[in-house]
Amino acid sequence: MSKPPNAHPIGRSLWRIAMDSYLRNYRGMIGLGFIALMMAIAFFSPLIANRQPIFAIYQGKWHFPAVVDVIHNVPLMKYVIQKTPPFSQVTFDAKTALSENDFALWPMIPYGPTETSPYTLRPPSTAHWFGTDQNGRDLAARMVYGTIVSLQVGFVSMGIAAMIGVLLGSLAGYYGGWTDIVISRVIEIIQCFPTFFLILAILAWLEPSIVNVMMVIGLTSWTSIARYTRGELIRLQSSDYILGARALGCNHARIILVHLLPNAMAPVLVTITFGIAYAILAEAGLSWLGFGVQQPSPSWGNILRDAYDQLKSASFMVYPPCIAIFLAVLSYNLVGDALRDAIDPRLSQD
Amino acid sequence: MLTYAIRRILLAIPTLLGITLVTFFIINLAPGDPAAMQANQIMDPRVSERAFKQLREYYGLDKPITVRYVEWLKRIATLDFGNSMTPDSRKVSEKILERLPATMSLAALSIAIGFVISIPIGVLSGAKRNGWFDSISSTILYGLYAVPSYVMAIPLILWISIQWDLLPFQGMVSDGYQSMTPLQQTADLARHYILITFCFTYGSLAYQSRFVRQNMLEVLKQDYILTARAKGLGETSVIAKHAFRNTLIPLVTLLGLTLPQIIGGSVILEVMFNWPGIGRLFFESIFQRDYPTIMALSFITAVLVLTGTLIADLLYGVVDPRVRYE
Repeated sequence: MSKPPNAHPIGRSLWRIAMDSYLRNYRGMIGLGFIALMMAIAFFSPLIANRQPIFAIYQGKWHFPAVVDVIHNVPLMKYVIQKTPPFSQVTFDAKTALSENDFALWPMIPYGPTETSPYTLRPPSTAHWFGTDQNGRDLAARMVYGTIVSLQVGFVSMGIAAMIGVLLGSLAGYYGGWTDIVISRVIEIIQCFPTFFLILAILAWLEPSIVNVMMVIGLTSWTSIARYTRGELIRLQSSDYILGARALGCNHARIILVHLLPNAMAPVLVTITFGIAYAILAEAGLSWLGFGVQQPSPSWGNILRDAYDQLKSASFMVYPPCIAIFLAVLSYNLVGDALRDAIDPRLSQD
Repeated sequence: MLTYAIRRILLAIPTLLGITLVTFFIINLAPGDPAAMQANQIMDPRVSERAFKQLREYYGLDKPITVRYVEWLKRIATLDFGNSMTPDSRKVSEKILERLPATMSLAALSIAIGFVISIPIGVLSGAKRNGWFDSISSTILYGLYAVPSYVMAIPLILWISIQWDLLPFQGMVSDGYQSMTPLQQTADLARHYILITFCFTYGSLAYQSRFVRQNMLEVLKQDYILTARAKGLGETSVIAKHAFRNTLIPLVTLLGLTLPQIIGGSVILEVMFNWPGIGRLFFESIFQRDYPTIMALSFITAVLVLTGTLIADLLYGVVDPRVRYE
């Protein structure tokens, strides 16, 4: 008994099929690639742009100040490893302190994001790749550190939104009846408010900070996630395997968490991906309006604001933040589209 | 149809009440109030404390929140939104009415232009699916859709308004508008509308034309299209007379979806273009912590959205006799 040629692939799970289909989608891969690049830039930002060198031999001793900055990106590492003096002092200016005899390996952009200089509104040059802003800060360094904000906002706020949305959506979809009526009504009511109005209205009463922005975007953008989760759960409830799980005596929590949610997550994941794109856009908009990340901390939104205020005198400042926001939003949208095509077999037949 | 309409309207009432609750509680449970803000500007702490109490009383902020909610409900039932808490203390309804035309005219223009452009594109690309027109138009429109409106607006302002000096971008009218002839005034208004209307519109084109295209594909599968073709009608006649009209029906639902997007997107764009609409008013009142105006604006926009979806639902029943509800 030999196997027939071209045997039908057996044992390919739905996730496996979706993943294979995703890997073939070049648009989705480009989007994913760009997100990975943003993550790398964000994590290694201290090595890319820093006012202190990556490696220096200062007065005969070896120092790695920028490397320590990267290690500090890992939570709690602040308590494990510190910069060696004098680099640990905030007032220490490595640029003037290091003499000809000291060896130093500088980052590509040898400026910090909040480091000011007397050279204001200089157009792009070899010293300042993207030019400098009205306070003489290096625009390239600010853009690099702005990446962190955009990534954080996307993941944290959609994390909050996903938790609320999946919880309420699965309660409504699973229990039905009054629970469903009440939750669906709440969703309907919240969706009547334009999201950006709602975000602004809540944010106006809080201290402007990145944490509050992430929280408020999360608290206002869960409705579509809840709707999708609810719909999926209602659809899956009538499946035979759920009946089987019930017959085996599984309790509600087990049916929801183990049997229903893993199978309902696919379309919800698509919604979350588009939600991240929206969150990045909303944060940049809020920072542009002055409700988000506060100066001197950089965010693509407040860099865009600086550019808007200097539109007549320094037009070069407009392009970096515009292009960065565009690419970030585009790549999440591409990933969302590719995910949807990979997950929904009805669409892939079209 | 009538029972459906009545039921649909009755169902909107709890939602409406929910809207008032959300608006009221979000704004009142939040810390910081205008009385405290104004009082803080007075230096002497004793004077400031007295001023604080007076202001609280004046604004009715000393009453319990439930009492204030009921009072507020009674007042908005008569469309009285009270006086603004800003120093000019003008009537909120007046303030909003003054700003409403600027935003609503933009919304109407944007929806109308959007439909005029996206319907033909959708019909043509649906008629010749995956043809050259379909792929080119969908690529261009997707590209446009991918650019967020305010990210598009700033380079546009830079190139068109500042570097080439073709169109104005600040406000609705130029200085010296009053002294112009009516013809010049219209031209001036139109020039101010162009950039901001474009920014409001281009993003929805991809979605709308895609929607029309999808409807077109559905309609072309129907039996009556087969019948029309079997009669020997030309392709143009089949598309224009038989298919096209039926693709318009689901468009009605789009109206209800577009309105909240336009109003929600209005804040940043209106601030950017210094446009005297409700988006900018909302932004200004949030900066001044002007409770009544924020409440009124949130409430009015939510009600507008609710009415939009309601009208869309009802119209759907009117234009499509096949749609009948239990």
